[in-house]
Amino acid sequence: MDWTLLAVQLLNGLQLGILLFLLASGLTLIFGIMDVVNLAHGSLYMAGAFLCATFTQWFDSFLLGLLAALPAVAIIGLLVELIVIRRLYQRDHLDHVLATFGLILAFDALTQMIWGPDGQVIPLPAWLDGQVMLTADIVLPTYRLAIITTGLLVAIGLFVLVTRTRLGMRIRAGATNRTMISALGINIGMLFSIVFGIGAVLAGLAGMMIAPITEASIGMGNQIIIVAFVVIVIGGIGSIKGAFIAAILVGLIDTMGRSYLDVLFKLFMSAQNAETSAPAISAMLIYILMAVILAVRPTGLFGPRGH
Amino acid sequence: MKLRIVLLSVVATLTALPAAAADTVKIGFVTTLTTPAGAIGRDMVEAANIALDHIGHKMGGKDVEFIVEDDGFKPEIGKQKTDKLVKQDDVDFITGFIWSHVLLASKKSALDGGKFLISANAGPSPLAGKACHKNFFSSSWQNDQNPMATGEVLNSKGVKKLYIMSPNYAAGKNMVSGVERTFKGEVVGKDMTKWGKDMQLDFSAELAKAKASGADAIFVFYPGPAGPAFIKQYEQAGLRGTIPLYTVFTVDALSLTRLQKAGLGGVLGSWNTMFWAPDLDNATNKRFVADFKAKTGRYPTHYAAQAYDAIMLIKSGVDAVDGNTDDQDGIRAAMSKADFPSVRGKYRYGPNHFPIQNFYLRTVKADANGDWFVSYVSTVLTDHQDTYYDQCHL
Repeated sequence: MDWTLLAVQLLNGLQLGILLFLLASGLTLIFGIMDVVNLAHGSLYMAGAFLCATFTQWFDSFLLGLLAALPAVAIIGLLVELIVIRRLYQRDHLDHVLATFGLILAFDALTQMIWGPDGQVIPLPAWLDGQVMLTADIVLPTYRLAIITTGLLVAIGLFVLVTRTRLGMRIRAGATNRTMISALGINIGMLFSIVFGIGAVLAGLAGMMIAPITEASIGMGNQIIIVAFVVIVIGGIGSIKGAFIAAILVGLIDTMGRSYLDVLFKLFMSAQNAETSAPAISAMLIYILMAVILAVRPTGLFGPRGH
Repeated sequence: MKLRIVLLSVVATLTALPAAAADTVKIGFVTTLTTPAGAIGRDMVEAANIALDHIGHKMGGKDVEFIVEDDGFKPEIGKQKTDKLVKQDDVDFITGFIWSHVLLASKKSALDGGKFLISANAGPSPLAGKACHKNFFSSSWQNDQNPMATGEVLNSKGVKKLYIMSPNYAAGKNMVSGVERTFKGEVVGKDMTKWGKDMQLDFSAELAKAKASGADAIFVFYPGPAGPAFIKQYEQAGLRGTIPLYTVFTVDALSLTRLQKAGLGGVLGSWNTMFWAPDLDNATNKRFVADFKAKTGRYPTHYAAQAYDAIMLIKSGVDAVDGNTDDQDGIRAAMSKADFPSVRGKYRYGPNHFPIQNFYLRTVKADANGDWFVSYVSTVLTDHQDTYYDQCHL
């Protein structure tokens, strides 16, 4: 057993989990509080990546690009809520799916019209582009550590927001009983806009964090949104804590599957069969996990009890 | 009333006639124009249009009608579009095809429909071997050939331990088997990653394994959007300078434009192999590259070169029968001679209609204007034929 490799892979898994958390936290808030299935959440992730790429090129600085792109994504999120999502609250989930799927297509087409079919590269400043030696053997790209740190800070910030502030109290109340808080005189429309805006910024931030690694590309959100849905189902819809734990769990399982499943399979099957089946099975692992958790706890790990 | 119906039907017949009389040569072009891989398709269409300009949009004295379809990077859409070209447009030739899995899904529709099918990129092994067809031609290569050239380069560079990474689909498997066929050292690790519209683009786990494997070279096949992503992460992981990178179909004019724009110089000096290079010295190539650069402001990719050749190959067939596209035997006989000015220089066809051609070692460097491109270094394989041709019985 190579312990250094294991440690590196655990950190890689943690980093993937953190990214998933940024995406899933917004999704779980929107789904849990507003009861809206927002498939277009991944489009905000993509919008964040593309805007960050353009701003980075304008300002010639990744940090300035990121800081400029965050409010831009918030504005896009608020506009989407105002123009489309607001009309969906009174409708059923099928209409949500149809409308937000339409949004995905519109966002993808719009992105292709503005930026063309090419991906956008985001160059990193030198201090983020190197490697950090954690021990003599454990060397990790600096940027991946930066993702982990940023994600953890955001997680703490969200936790404080939700558990320690008046807004958070309303958000939690909204997740538990929407009718009751509107009866208590809380402006539910305003609350929904704020929640959607927060979700958009978190998704955009996730896109901005991943883009220097994978590039900003059209449809980049559509693949990860499915995993984000898996995360919120495992964690329990509406629960930030659940989203965090489930995201880390999914990140670790996915990375460990990609790292060790072929080795494991080679113990009891031919090398060739192991090489072919391991990628297929490792892609399935998180769905297997979801199925198992749903069987044991149908509302997810931290799902609402009396919803 | 009756008269009106008669008149109407006469008018209808008259207007329908030109299509049936086939005084144009119809070419369908199936490629990827949307998704992040859409840049490749755009490159190919650009090159095909340059080829059509060069021949005055005429083949065998007839006008050429050029119909482009988008496969959306999906086999099932590619097949639908091929069906449409066969049944609705009734084209004479279908070409394009970037992806092996799209081509494999679409080939039956085209070939059963009695059309010529010319792959301008994908070269999956079944079509070179048991599933070869008299009306199928390749203007590119068989998938295994180029990585076989890389395998030879690895041997000559003294590489003993190799780590392999490739997407998990038809072409990826061919690429891996190609390099394993010629590479004489030990393969210390191999990762087949998820591919398609939801491809894996984050290679942190795989790169960590490669680093720990003790390999002295990494071989990858990451075409299209995955290429720049891989190269950046390879650099971010600090592997440049410790484990040299050898690629096939990963570093091209599209990825280099993006990498240069972002100032990611790690790709300079890296090695790859190919049947063609933009600075390959022949008159056709010089004209093609100059016109492509004039039109788009950057170097053409190999995808573009293959699309250009596909149009020229079709022209050589149609010219030989003076535009009589019903004479399929005549067209086939002419095309299998590969008697046309190709951007790669002269080449021949094997019995399976895959090219027998040279493969070259190339490296990334800056030209006189400072633009990065892949430049010819040396010839690795001469008159190389794929390894499946003897399974093909036509």
